[in-house]
Amino acid sequence: MVRNINKIEISHTELGHHHGHDVGERLYLHRHSIVHSLPPHVKIVAAFMFLFVVISTSITQWQLFIFYFSLILLTLTVAKIPIKLAATRSLIEIPFVLFAVLMPFFGTGEQFSIGPVDLYRAGLLAGLSIVGKGTIGVLIAIILSTSTTAREILRGLEKLKLPQLMVQIASFMLRYVNVVTDEMERMRVARASRGFEATGIKHWKILATAAAALFIRSYERGERVHLAMLSRGYDGVLPHEEVTKVSVKIWIKALTLPFLALLAHLLMIVWK
Amino acid sequence: MLEPSLKIEELAFAYPDGNQALFGVNLVINKGERVALLGPNGAGKTTLVMHLNGIHETTHGKIFVSGQLVDAQDKEGLKKIRSQVGIVFQDPDDQLFMPTVGEDVAFGPYNMGLRGAELEKVVTKALALVGMSEYKDRPPHHLSFGQRRRVAVATVLAMKPEILVLDEPSSNLDPASRRELADILRSLDVTVVMVTHDMPYAYELCERAVILSQGIIVADDKTKNVLTNEKLLKDNRLELPVGFSIN
Amino acid sequence: MHIPDGFIDLPTSGIFAAASAAGIALSLKGAKKSLDEKSAPLAGLTATFIFAVQMLNFPVAAGTSGHLLGGALAAVLVGPYAATLALSVVLLMQSFLFADGGLSALGLNIFNMAFIGVWVGYGFFLLIRKLLPKTKSSITIAASIAGLLSVPAAATGFVLQYAIGGTATFSVQTVLAAMVGTHVLIGIGEAIITGLAVGAVMASRSDLVYGWRGNSSLLEIRKSI
Ligand SMILES: Nc1ncnc2c1ncn2[C@@H]1O[C@H](COP(=O)(O)OP(=O)(O)OP(=O)(O)O)[C@@H](O)[C@H]1O
Ligand SMILES: [Mg+2]
Repeated sequence: MVRNINKIEISHTELGHHHGHDVGERLYLHRHSIVHSLPPHVKIVAAFMFLFVVISTSITQWQLFIFYFSLILLTLTVAKIPIKLAATRSLIEIPFVLFAVLMPFFGTGEQFSIGPVDLYRAGLLAGLSIVGKGTIGVLIAIILSTSTTAREILRGLEKLKLPQLMVQIASFMLRYVNVVTDEMERMRVARASRGFEATGIKHWKILATAAAALFIRSYERGERVHLAMLSRGYDGVLPHEEVTKVSVKIWIKALTLPFLALLAHLLMIVWK
Repeated sequence: MLEPSLKIEELAFAYPDGNQALFGVNLVINKGERVALLGPNGAGKTTLVMHLNGIHETTHGKIFVSGQLVDAQDKEGLKKIRSQVGIVFQDPDDQLFMPTVGEDVAFGPYNMGLRGAELEKVVTKALALVGMSEYKDRPPHHLSFGQRRRVAVATVLAMKPEILVLDEPSSNLDPASRRELADILRSLDVTVVMVTHDMPYAYELCERAVILSQGIIVADDKTKNVLTNEKLLKDNRLELPVGFSIN
Repeated sequence: MHIPDGFIDLPTSGIFAAASAAGIALSLKGAKKSLDEKSAPLAGLTATFIFAVQMLNFPVAAGTSGHLLGGALAAVLVGPYAATLALSVVLLMQSFLFADGGLSALGLNIFNMAFIGVWVGYGFFLLIRKLLPKTKSSITIAASIAGLLSVPAAATGFVLQYAIGGTATFSVQTVLAAMVGTHVLIGIGEAIITGLAVGAVMASRSDLVYGWRGNSSLLEIRKSI
């Protein structure tokens, strides 16, 4: 994938990217709120349901989108997540926004003009739809990951029947991502301290060698971790949390949001 | 006559990449002994340690733990041996793989069948022993290296092993932690095998020392005798720290 | 190429989610066989590696840079089953934690990158390895070509999904031309990096490379005291 690196990064690093460093902990924003206190699997289900309602809404029903956005804003407020934080983190969808922005200018069918530019109606609508739905999707994921630790999200997914091996893989990933990115960072510092700076394709060999070294280290770490697990009696299953039942009340609380969205959607259909 | 805690017969081993690390190790350690395993970098100490509870399969030679053969095919026997031989790894990051300190310490006892309050008690006790009680709910990667080392020791102590094997336990510990760890080790009634580059520590804790060099045992004697044999030390790239002398 | 929410319609997303779930189930089976009980920590660290290596920026020109997708690389290094699982987990975490790729588009993304990317890459790797002599450099070349083809293949997956349930107004032909065109270019980068990386692993730890099995020699016994 080609991407633009921003100005700060250009100056001195070939590392660094939207993936933060302390995965899980840094994304998570510790607050006390209803949103934070809901069990993770309940939150995930609610998020998906809300998303489904949004995605199945036609963009021509723009009033509904205003309503959806207000619901999201409300949730952000209740969860005490600063709007600015949510906005910065949603920059991730920029490539697709660019794609959508082009759409009204190319296409077929009905045209209309705003001042000197001619726009295609279908393209404009589709572009708006992609940006609108995409943004809501991004915001939902942001609310989820800011109000829930990575570990909790994983626990939620486990409860929603993500296969055990996948849960374990993800769990190891969360545990070791900092160790591995630290290793990568140390290798970068070691390169930089010997005057190396990657500026073009001619430096790929060195970077690829670094990637290879990273793989070897990661794989060997995997082996050693496995040995450490074996030596403490591991036989394929990780210890399990006792399953706690979630009360109907909590489900109702969590599902208010998608329910409101759905209600509005249905009302709109009836009303039309 | 009591079976020795550990008996190793002509143990040889090569890593999958063809690199041979052990070339026929013979060693007997009796119950209750504390033995220092010395040797230069790359001598094969860690490799030897990994064999002691069957996590590296013995491809050549034999190992007996309290008289029982370590056999990779015998899953039940292996399980028992792994509860008897506790290994504290060289790199605590390899050992601490669970999300929180508490869960990590619980991992071993859980696999041994402990549950509920009993499990809780063992975890609390092990963490208290290494002075890490208040870190129970923290993720391991938020701890300092020395703290991770202590938790790593706790994860093994929680399994109440009969043979405790430590791979360079004193490296990166501050002086007070180093002394506290020594106190813990002395207070335990177990057989100890300690890999170390820390000669004063070996002298302080272990009455017996063996030197592993290029994959074989080249010396096996009282720690005092080993550490005062200048030629032996020199031949094996070992040195006493400046100002340290044994009289 | 991480598809966001609302870009492909719901029914299509649903179909591909089901396909992805089935593929993951098959890979779980396959991984159990080829990796036995080691699978969890090894696949976990492979996922960590892929996640980290995708953060490694390869400068192209004028402030742009690219990064590795890693499907073919992972397949050659740890085998296609473990690679599929590792990439799926990476995509799962990216969408849940970083909003990178829509939650409802997870099935679409896993299908393109964790299946097509990995299996097309691995397929070509096997094919080319067969055609070349049995040497270490053949592995590197085969891995490189696998990397090259895996990227436009994954992009074709996207075009397929777009053709079935795309919500944008560009014609499928336009999207096909644009996606495959740019991804052939990206594939060239992927090829170079995959080749170099596999070559470097082959040089120091060829025994770790799934696509290459070395042979072990006899043990030597030395005289001790
Ligand atoms: N996973 C591995 N694959 C291949 N070779 C290895 C592996 N681990 C260690 N070796 C090699 O085996 C030999 C013995 O290594 P080992 O780690 O046992 O040494 P050590 O005595 O513990 O050294 P140190 O004091 O540095 O910890 C070394 O030559 C080392 O390079
Ligand atoms: Mg060692």
